[in-house]
Amino acid sequence: MSTQVTTGLQVRRSVELTIDGEKVTALEGSTLLDACRASGKEIPTLCYGDTITPKNACRVCMVELEGSRTLVPSCSRKVEAGMIVKTNNERTSHSRKLVLELLGSSVDLSLTKNVARWNEGYGAQPTRFGAPSYHHSDRDEAITGHHHQPDGSTAETVHQDVKVDNTLYVRDYSKCILCYQCVDACGEQWQNTFAITTAGRGFDARISTEFAVDLTDSACVYCGNCIQVCPTGALMFTSEYEMRQDGTWNEPEQTQTDTICPYCGVGCALTLHVQDNTIVKVTSPSDHSVTHGNLCIKGRFGFQHVQNRASD
Amino acid sequence: MDLKIASAVATAEERNAVDSLLGLAPETSQGGERNVIGHRVARGGESLRGLRHLLLPTLHAVNDRIGWLSRGAINYISQRLDIAPADIYGVATFYALFTTNERPARQVHVCVDLACRAMSGCKEDSIPNGAVASPCLGVCERAPAVLVIETGSTLRYEVLAPATTTEINDLVAGKSAGVEQEISAAVPQAPDASLVLLSRIGRVDPLSIDDYIASNGYVALRRAIAIGAEQVITEVTASGLVGRGGAAFPTGRKWSAVAGQPVKTRYLICNADESEPGTFKDRVLMEGDPFALVEAMTIAAFATGCQHGWIYLRGEYPRALKNLTNAVESARSRSMLGENILGSGFSFDITIFRGAGAYICGEETAIFNSIEGYRGEPRNKPPFPVEVGLFGKPTVVNNVETLLNVLPIINDTGEKYATWGTTGSKGKKLFCVSGAVNKPGVYEVTFGATLRELINLAGGLKTGSQLQAVLLGGAAGGFVGPQDLDLELTLEAARAAGTTLGSGVILVLDQSVDMVDQLQRIAAFFRDESCGQCVPCRVGTVRQQEALARLVKSSGTGNSAVDLQLLRDLGQVMRDASICGLGQTAHNAIDSALTRLKVFSA
Repeated sequence: MSTQVTTGLQVRRSVELTIDGEKVTALEGSTLLDACRASGKEIPTLCYGDTITPKNACRVCMVELEGSRTLVPSCSRKVEAGMIVKTNNERTSHSRKLVLELLGSSVDLSLTKNVARWNEGYGAQPTRFGAPSYHHSDRDEAITGHHHQPDGSTAETVHQDVKVDNTLYVRDYSKCILCYQCVDACGEQWQNTFAITTAGRGFDARISTEFAVDLTDSACVYCGNCIQVCPTGALMFTSEYEMRQDGTWNEPEQTQTDTICPYCGVGCALTLHVQDNTIVKVTSPSDHSVTHGNLCIKGRFGFQHVQNRASD
Repeated sequence: MDLKIASAVATAEERNAVDSLLGLAPETSQGGERNVIGHRVARGGESLRGLRHLLLPTLHAVNDRIGWLSRGAINYISQRLDIAPADIYGVATFYALFTTNERPARQVHVCVDLACRAMSGCKEDSIPNGAVASPCLGVCERAPAVLVIETGSTLRYEVLAPATTTEINDLVAGKSAGVEQEISAAVPQAPDASLVLLSRIGRVDPLSIDDYIASNGYVALRRAIAIGAEQVITEVTASGLVGRGGAAFPTGRKWSAVAGQPVKTRYLICNADESEPGTFKDRVLMEGDPFALVEAMTIAAFATGCQHGWIYLRGEYPRALKNLTNAVESARSRSMLGENILGSGFSFDITIFRGAGAYICGEETAIFNSIEGYRGEPRNKPPFPVEVGLFGKPTVVNNVETLLNVLPIINDTGEKYATWGTTGSKGKKLFCVSGAVNKPGVYEVTFGATLRELINLAGGLKTGSQLQAVLLGGAAGGFVGPQDLDLELTLEAARAAGTTLGSGVILVLDQSVDMVDQLQRIAAFFRDESCGQCVPCRVGTVRQQEALARLVKSSGTGNSAVDLQLLRDLGQVMRDASICGLGQTAHNAIDSALTRLKVFSA
């Protein structure tokens, strides 16, 4: 029997499907990930963000769907009545383990939440492909369709030097898993600035401005909405970056205070991250009806006046 | 859009190249010359939306004329099409035939792919100075092959095959390749009017619509119009025709799915991005019988209710481009294309869309992105193209060979067509035979012939050659060994034998070929051609290549077991979790070599 739920003017039916042998109901239009999470399953996700249309690029959330030749990405596959889904069998575990290993062996995931726990849970050993190679600093110059033949002695990584070209935020693409969220946030999904893009192809694909110019020569408006959606710490406030370099970044000691941006009348929600009575970065709640996590340069970075002490 | 354009300015020649396609920019529009009255006005936005599909043709226009894409050129294109420069940069760097670095006008592309290196062609590290390595150029029957592209006010192409190192050096130095070999040389069966798909090759002038009409041309279209769209689909369904691009999806089912869509704006795409290493049948068909493709597309569009069609032609096929362009223009001039075709009230036209060097653009949803002016990254399915395809509309995507099969089906009924072949594989099939045979080329057979029969048809093995292995279906296919010569080349027999026919590649490798080198090339190919969107393929193809490199060194030692297991693990995740067919098949050929041919297990 199907039930109906009214949300605004839309009537959404609920459909029945089977997840790991249990019958569950989910709203039409929701995803397998929603349904799995609602029934208490933990499905790892990396490229999935709650304010961006899923790109299903990382492939860590794959589940088995009866009748499908391949596994399917739960983050973007919509529920259908009668689906029979398995979230945790040998095939899905192998797939998740390998994805974690492939990313872990090529990208610096040290600041990515949950990865250490997942690696342990799935038995992923990113080092089994060999020692990582860090000698690439020329990824921005890669020639499409050409590469150097590897000898197998090391595992190639996406390492490149940290880009520090402005005073507000840094870009450390050694940590980039290519989730596309920053590109989508900068482009058509939120900001419509299109300062960054995915350039190149295959393993050489990277996030870049046009001709890899500095941000200061690009269309960037420093809204920082890319930092907001970055799941791996590849994009980071300069304040956070410098404190991490100095060894003074101490997240457990930080407080978070929600407030309203004082600059204009839009009423954006700000979350001030404060350490030692100093604002160290600003985010916005992704579920806030005004911002959906987005701010402008003033709300995101214009906080220094708050903490200019009289003695300064 | 609020474009932020840096100070780099296009040269006059770059502007001319863009304007040759888009026309002059109005004075009051973005990119236009500012005059005294209009100097404050630069309209963009709304009036320029909907031009995105012109991005690749515009990049081609500049790349053809100037040879590369400068910052200034991209800035000007950005203004004309209202697309941000970074966005254009992302698209330009996706395609291997474009470059954002200045380079000489004359580029000598030397094929280093499977068939050419098996025939003593160059390898990546032995390319003569001044030439560049290229993936399969689709001239495998004359391997090893070279394609010269010389940019300038008139774009010039030359194909030389077979080419020696000395000849390549001469080409780099500017010497002409001379006249390319006749098209019919690629079809040893030709001329033969009794053939079904290749009957006109070598008999009918591919540049003359009158010759085409005189040799049974446009009979099928007239009959299709007479029997009506529904009956055309019924015939195609009854014929049992399945897609010849590799996936073998029933054509009739695809057509009726699109014909049944409530949305009336529908598109047809002919997938002519033939790039599977070892495949050249579509090239030969388009070069030698271009009108047949135009007619077949018109029938497909009539049956499924499509208003416009695209031929997505790979950028490395200059003669096919020339002959198809002529065919489309001639057909248009005779009202065989355009408004009210043959007085039927049905209107349809075709755009030839040049690819720009990306194997992934043979994937049907990657074609959509490429035509729409984006990076050729495959889309997630569902939704399937028959519902949501090009520009979000229901779209039929058929391979060249598949479409050509529609002509005999309509001429002689689907029932007649279905009498050819076996229970599971109906009709005629083209195979691309290359490598160590006496008469390499495209061969037409009725489904059911064995591998041995195909090799014999191609004149048998060369004198002194002993069969080592055969690659079926290209890099995404699989190897079979001398013990498999009696394999029936049908979909069902190939499946039962754990291999695939794929795109019809039969690459015959004799004892002189280094199998390890072939495997390393396959690994390098998939790494180069991965779009980079999903992790299993983007990183998996690199790890696969590294593991192979280690195996070359450790072969026979106890250390190889670890890497063999690693390869199996990588194969499974790529097959299970990649977004599209490229990643899903990137381990197949290597797997078949390890399991069937026991490479590395000695």
